[in-house]
Amino acid sequence: MRNSMKLAILAIVAAGCCALYLFHELNGSFDYALPRRVLKVLAMVITGFTIAYSTVVFQTITHNRILTPSIMGLDSLYLLLQTVIIFFLGSGHTIIVNKQLNFLISVAVMIVFALLLYKFLFKKGGQQIYFLLLIGIIVGTFFSSISTFFQVLIDPNEFQIVQDRMFASFNNINSDLVWLAVGIVGVVTVYAWRYLRYLDVLSLGREVAINLGVPYDSIVKQMLIIVAIFISISTALVGPITFFGLIVANLSYQFFKTYKHHVLITGAVVMSIIALVGGQWVVERVFTFSTTLSVIINFIGGVYFIYLLLKERKAA
Amino acid sequence: MIQVLSLSKFYGKKAVVEDVSVTIQPRKITSFIGPNGAGKSTLLSMVSRLLDADTGEVLMDKTDVRKMKSNDFAKRVSILKQSNYMNVRLTIRELVSFGRFPYSKGRLTEEDERIVNQSLEYMHLTDMQDRYLDELSGGQRQRAFIAMVIAQDTEYILLDEPLNNLDMKHSVQIMKILRRLVDELGKTVVIVLHDINFASVYSDWIVAMKDGRVVKDGPTEEIIQSDALKEIYDMDIPIQEMGSCRICVYFNS
Repeated sequence: MRNSMKLAILAIVAAGCCALYLFHELNGSFDYALPRRVLKVLAMVITGFTIAYSTVVFQTITHNRILTPSIMGLDSLYLLLQTVIIFFLGSGHTIIVNKQLNFLISVAVMIVFALLLYKFLFKKGGQQIYFLLLIGIIVGTFFSSISTFFQVLIDPNEFQIVQDRMFASFNNINSDLVWLAVGIVGVVTVYAWRYLRYLDVLSLGREVAINLGVPYDSIVKQMLIIVAIFISISTALVGPITFFGLIVANLSYQFFKTYKHHVLITGAVVMSIIALVGGQWVVERVFTFSTTLSVIINFIGGVYFIYLLLKERKAA
Repeated sequence: MIQVLSLSKFYGKKAVVEDVSVTIQPRKITSFIGPNGAGKSTLLSMVSRLLDADTGEVLMDKTDVRKMKSNDFAKRVSILKQSNYMNVRLTIRELVSFGRFPYSKGRLTEEDERIVNQSLEYMHLTDMQDRYLDELSGGQRQRAFIAMVIAQDTEYILLDEPLNNLDMKHSVQIMKILRRLVDELGKTVVIVLHDINFASVYSDWIVAMKDGRVVKDGPTEEIIQSDALKEIYDMDIPIQEMGSCRICVYFNS
């Protein structure tokens, strides 16, 4: 019961943050400002949801609490894709200008890449998860090196557009994509709902999970695909910020102290909504855009990461 | 009944288990013994589907176990491996409740709670059921995991060296419980053991392996003989009778 109380309080705080962001200094501009703010809040909620969800799932599958899904190289692939398109087709091409098309293509390419990676690795069966991570690191580095190569050659004006996509930003969220993202995330979440209980068992380790009747390989594969979809969506929506997932996932473990994933994931999602919407409000109204949210997130995240490392060292 | 038919497993070109065929006797304790690296644990992992065999098959009541649904299989066969690393903090009761997962998928019914209580009782864990696993001694942890397997309520219980790191008192305690599971509840227990004296005193049937093959397979009295043990371990092991126990005195051979 205590955990559901905590969740309820967090949910109220999250709703408060959203209300604050939506209505503070609205000055009666219900027709112009409000719809725009609603879209922005929705985008932040979707981003927070996908990042938190995929990080908790990924950490359970890999049995590691300081990894983020970015280790699989998906966000480097996204940057490579954008760079290559702009390099060869130019920033004026439909694929860059039409954001929905760009979004769908990016998500599709990232998912196909993830599927290929898994297909190649799970063909042999067995415990290949660490091998998967290693390949992910190598491929990710490879992708970013090629991107850098193209970025050096590219026309400086075009580079501005590439650079714009390199950093996560909540100030110019691709609002046209929000409804599309909401749809995809909704469908995937409903589909994945029944697997959350399997995740509880997966955290006991592969052998215990198989013993308890979890079809391990198939669950892990499906979960990794869901992670890939979610990471693609959040990257395409605001840019690479998977580091953020590390913070909310670990805060959720510490705060709820349970193995139950529907609590852990819900907690992480609500916390990330508070951090993103509340943080964005602070950036816009308190700092009046003199800094960006991703800077703040990376700063707080870095401090928290160091704290985690020190704490784990003491525990060992 | 579980039948293993010409099962093999290769790592690269090296066969760790080669052409093994064994039948597990129902309602008995079957011990797998043999030197290190004989392939006992690998065989057990293949029988319990933790590992895929390269050739051969495992039949349970004439059905290939690989064709069974994961969940149905988990209601009939349970396995406990040597090391159980986990990165979540659980109490004993939470761990034992996981044993009911194949039946209730995490939503425990009254029936499940009753079985969990029984399992805790059986392993003498009721008093400490709310303690966390990482606060326990090796023996208590091992008992908690065995309680989980008992809660899983399967006909077959497979245990991979459950006596590892346990002192004499706890080893005897666990073997007595396994004996009770077979005699009172009609379970079939398959166990990998390193101490042949535990195998001799507690098991009904012994399968001896060496270099990936079965070298001896028979009732305990037939295997615990100096000449048979010579073949398995390459050691001259005299056997002493103490009451009803046949003890292998291998310490200075």
